[in-house]
Amino acid sequence: MSETADRVKKIVVEHLGVEADKVTEEAAFIDDLGADSLDIVELVMAFEEEFSVEIPDDAAEKIATVKDAIDFIDNNKG
Amino acid sequence: MRRVVVTGLGLVTPLGGDVETSWKNILASKSGAGQITKFDASDQKATIACEVKPPEHEYGFDPNLRVDHKVQRQVDPFIVYGIDAAGQALEDAGLMDMTDEEKLRTGCSIGSGIGGLPGIEKESLVLAERGPGRVSPHFVHGRLINLISGQVSIKYGLMGPNHAVVTACSTGAHSIGDAARMIALDDADIMLAGGAEATICPIGIAGFAQAKALSTRNDDPEAASRPYDKNRDGFVMGEGAGVVVLEEYERAKARGATIYAEVAGYGLSGDAHHVTAPHPDGVGAYRSMEMALNRSGLSTADIDYVNAHGTSTMADVLELAAVRRLFGDDIATMSMSSTKSAIGHLLGGAGAVEAIFSILAMRDQTVPPTLNLDDPEDSCEGVDLVPHVAKQREVRAVLSNSFGFGGTNASVIMKAV
Repeated sequence: MSETADRVKKIVVEHLGVEADKVTEEAAFIDDLGADSLDIVELVMAFEEEFSVEIPDDAAEKIATVKDAIDFIDNNKG
Repeated sequence: MRRVVVTGLGLVTPLGGDVETSWKNILASKSGAGQITKFDASDQKATIACEVKPPEHEYGFDPNLRVDHKVQRQVDPFIVYGIDAAGQALEDAGLMDMTDEEKLRTGCSIGSGIGGLPGIEKESLVLAERGPGRVSPHFVHGRLINLISGQVSIKYGLMGPNHAVVTACSTGAHSIGDAARMIALDDADIMLAGGAEATICPIGIAGFAQAKALSTRNDDPEAASRPYDKNRDGFVMGEGAGVVVLEEYERAKARGATIYAEVAGYGLSGDAHHVTAPHPDGVGAYRSMEMALNRSGLSTADIDYVNAHGTSTMADVLELAAVRRLFGDDIATMSMSSTKSAIGHLLGGAGAVEAIFSILAMRDQTVPPTLNLDDPEDSCEGVDLVPHVAKQREVRAVLSNSFGFGGTNASVIMKAV
């Protein structure tokens, strides 16, 4: 597992209060992890904070799974 | 009108995370006061408060028992306390397995005096220091006063009236009185009613201290809340929640519920005088109590215990004078105490928590003490204020008073069934 994946999963576990083993890369935030649209706003803010990246609204809307988040961060972090 | 009884109780207080622990400590004359630990209060005028204790404490509160981790992260502590107390009350009433039809007739009226002040303070600083894009998306619904009722209704599927009283320090009493009327008027069969508060944060303490409302007896916190004592100098801020299950009497009887008490009378009034100071003649307090008494059909001779608003401020003696006027000669045979001497002032939670203590006084035929009453005001002569230690005595009916900023007054009378 990449370092980014590790840190993303930790944030997801903390924010959504889900078991760590449920947070696979394929897991969808809404369908699999019980998040709602506000939780995703909060997660995106936490990712921005953790990785010092900016995730614009149009990019945030495309982040549906854990892998989407990891990929965006890996491709955009400074 | 339909009769309304209390069939479940829930408490989160500075002396316990549940009803029996809180009550046992109240009767043992313990104090929940201490130095503030939630933040560095060293630059505050008042550095003391009655905080709800952490889970590892002998009488701490464990938020994980009834409140989801995710909800805890999103909402202010007053909502966490309120959800937990509501859950306790439902469990106590044996109402965890209601049918959908019953849930349609079950509502919530759990209010707060101030709401999510710590979160408002924190997110305002985020806004100022880091800009609007860093404000939490849960900011609004995590701070709103009616979100205890909202969260509880979602958690337990309660689809009846969903309401929240906001009347400062009389919130808890108004919540119970108003919710009882919703049942009496057939809007619901069951109501979760009460109040919660959690404003021990820098701006909360500073605001009340600047209004000269708080005790600054910082070197002796357990002695700071001392209602009726000549040396009192203000209230000690408390936090927590109290929620009762109110239920239509015939329904409660038919299902064999434990009936703690009947809500016999409810009175409410406005002082129309001053934003923080009560009317010097106690006229609002008097009319509130008188209305509750008239509704109850009882006489003052039937009321054995008064749980006073008694905040440990100058206003204590005004309330006492109004009680004396109402009770006349019957004041000699009743007992009256202020449990704020032990748990501080829970503001919007106070009325509900104190109604529960009043009910327990009836259940156990024991009235709770007024701590620190070493040197009573002269005007207390001839009134049993239950100094220092709890007292066993007959308790057939109780009166609980709550008064709030803005000159709002509420009185609830409950009697044994």
